[in-house]
Amino acid sequence: MSSRPDTTATLAAGIDDVLVDFARLVGDTDAFTVVGHRTRDTVGGPVHPGTREIAAPSGVVDHDPAEMTVRVRAGTPVADLAALLASAGQRCALPDRGGTVGGAVAVGENHLEVHGRGRLRAAVLQVRYISAEGQVITGGGPTVKNVSGFDLPRLMCGALGTLGLIAEVTLRTNPIPAVQQWVRVAAPPIEVANTILRPGCVLYDGTNTHVLIEGHAPDVDASIRDLERLGASSTTDGPPELGPHRWSLPPAEALAPATHGHDTGASVAVAQVGTLFAARPQPPRSPDAASMEIGRRLRERFDPTGRLNPGRDPLVR
Amino acid sequence: MALLNRLRRRGPAPDGDPPGYVADTALLADLRAAVGAERVRVDGAERALLRRDASVFDGGAAGPIVLCDDAEQVRAAVLVANRHGRAVVPRGAGTGLAGGAVPLGAPVVISVARMNRVLSVDTDARIAWVEPGVVNLDLTTHLAPLGYHFAPDPSSQQVCTIGGNVANNSGGPHCLADGVTNAHILAIEVVLPDGTLALLGGLDAEPAGYDLRGVFVGGEGMLGIATRVAVAITPNRPAVRTLLISFDSATAAATTVSAVIAAGIVPAAMEVMDQRITVAVENYVHAGFPVDAAAVLLAEVDGLEAGVEIDAARIADIARDCGATEVRLAADDAERAALWKGRKTAFGAVAQVAPNYYLHDTVVPRARLAEVLDTVYNIAERHDLLVMNVFHAGDGNLHPLLLYDAREPGVLERVHAAGAEIVEVSLAAGGVLSGEHGVGIEKQPYMERLFSTADLDHQERLRSAFDPACRQNPGKVIPHGHSCADIQSLREVPTGVWG
Repeated sequence: MSSRPDTTATLAAGIDDVLVDFARLVGDTDAFTVVGHRTRDTVGGPVHPGTREIAAPSGVVDHDPAEMTVRVRAGTPVADLAALLASAGQRCALPDRGGTVGGAVAVGENHLEVHGRGRLRAAVLQVRYISAEGQVITGGGPTVKNVSGFDLPRLMCGALGTLGLIAEVTLRTNPIPAVQQWVRVAAPPIEVANTILRPGCVLYDGTNTHVLIEGHAPDVDASIRDLERLGASSTTDGPPELGPHRWSLPPAEALAPATHGHDTGASVAVAQVGTLFAARPQPPRSPDAASMEIGRRLRERFDPTGRLNPGRDPLVR
Repeated sequence: MALLNRLRRRGPAPDGDPPGYVADTALLADLRAAVGAERVRVDGAERALLRRDASVFDGGAAGPIVLCDDAEQVRAAVLVANRHGRAVVPRGAGTGLAGGAVPLGAPVVISVARMNRVLSVDTDARIAWVEPGVVNLDLTTHLAPLGYHFAPDPSSQQVCTIGGNVANNSGGPHCLADGVTNAHILAIEVVLPDGTLALLGGLDAEPAGYDLRGVFVGGEGMLGIATRVAVAITPNRPAVRTLLISFDSATAAATTVSAVIAAGIVPAAMEVMDQRITVAVENYVHAGFPVDAAAVLLAEVDGLEAGVEIDAARIADIARDCGATEVRLAADDAERAALWKGRKTAFGAVAQVAPNYYLHDTVVPRARLAEVLDTVYNIAERHDLLVMNVFHAGDGNLHPLLLYDAREPGVLERVHAAGAEIVEVSLAAGGVLSGEHGVGIEKQPYMERLFSTADLDHQERLRSAFDPACRQNPGKVIPHGHSCADIQSLREVPTGVWG
């Protein structure tokens, strides 16, 4: 089967040779896992022994700040992408804790500053991946707004590469605010969140709220003064220390985990989002039975022979 | 061409059934037993109304209509339809513009319009649970006393429903900074095509499993029927500045939009109207729009006091650098409301100019806006048609309106030919088929211009994972040659049997 797509379709015409070569390497027979920096390679369980390892192509293909989009290959380090965007005064939703762009999208975790940057799953405009049949598939589109056809980019976020091997993504970017300032305040997180319009991040450690204030300098100064009225506060250099284990809870439970029966140990919660960084790991969690069944059907249809990251399971986290 | 035939057949809906049509009495008996006779509507006039949505397509045929009050009734109706091998089409307010709610093949039409309660609002978590029939603006009105709103604001927001917004991943003028519907949906309770009740997504930060919530949004009613939706609610902003900026060319307006984004400003909204539509709008709402400008840009920034002052001043400077002839700041909330009323009723205002219009919806990269706009004017001129442009410039989302009088012989062929060229020029500029209206029936013939056969095959795999039997809103989005059993499902209705 040829990995070169038909090019009468405008999206397929934009597939470059680097991706075609990647598809050729993946072929249509052997089981493969894409290996990046191994920063999250235990999520969803280990791949089956004997699975061939392959690195995704890397490099930023196109960044036009005026479009607020960047097209980047999956093997590109997130740090390299962040540096390039920052040089143009922009940022994106990918988490900045090492790893590759493709890995970040496949795992689907948000940046700590999710309030300001948005959720990762909302940032992926277009995805190109290698299918189980060894073809380059394009889902979504390159523009900031698009409802043309079913939303394959959403499906690839957090799928751990089980439905296709991510080769290239087009991401939404945003301007870096003029001023960013972390503040620690002895006040409840909801009160803080209701005081600060459009914060970059609101964290709660059980005693203090830590908020990243973003915006124009006069507004940031005014917000700091507003916080002083809520409780003892001081500016800090960054977020508090975060526990090693990432939890996903409804926002109310994340703010009071023990009250809701969660054995987290010391923890820091992302207010109004529900991510929790804790001393102890979260027990495995799954969607409901009907969603599990659709997940099973998806896998059967996208990877009938089980050659895409076999062993990894996005249904169990 | 099928599309043209649908255009041509446009006309008043018949208020009865064609001679020879008979009801499927076994299906009706089972539906009545399942949900109560009073919820099953079969009379010709009601079914005739639901043959259509707000698009121009008129090839639909509704089977029995089931007016559901809760998820259990939706489930019961779906199960009955499945037992009888009949397709199901969900329906909200029917304001879709791409034909997504047009029933094909006399399916069971399941209306969720009566499921219109706001179930709960949690301002601490900023989440509201709503039923799918809640009208978009009603939700925002409900939230207003609490200081919140629902961010997506389609022009049809006074009538369109949250369920419809979910199905179409709807946008609106204020989606530039805050994102379209998908970014504001956390969880969806869904009756799947096999009648199972599922919760897609969740209130937790990063739900386990595939992002089925994400693909259901924008699924155009083909992946199931939403019965409850958890939406994110957005705090109202204390400070707002709305600028009305005049230009002596539409190109200068488009250039300004690109320059604003390039300068690192993401306004809440940036909307452009050309002179023809501005005149029509001004005659309609008398909001003080300049009727002598070639184009106007409505730019809005919101946030805190100092920031909006800074950003509004920078936008004004950029606009002047790009050749703006006048920059006006809305003096108060009343003037701002009048300007937005003008923008949002623009489509109604064109009725003064011509009895019919065809509204297009494509997206191009912002940098290509000015050039594509020029080409759109040329296309209309070549086909001897009047075109008006009113669009979400900040997103690169074009909305050319082709005006015509359907009584003029041959005009529909020209409207269709010009529309096809507008789609082509948008794709050639690196754009996409639709920014917010969806594919439905309208853009189906163009899907193969954007996506390869393999791409479409993967979209079909996604669809069939939700609906292996292909009975949920069949005949839409994916072109027929790429779709599993669509055609079969549509043919399962015996000739002459509607219900």
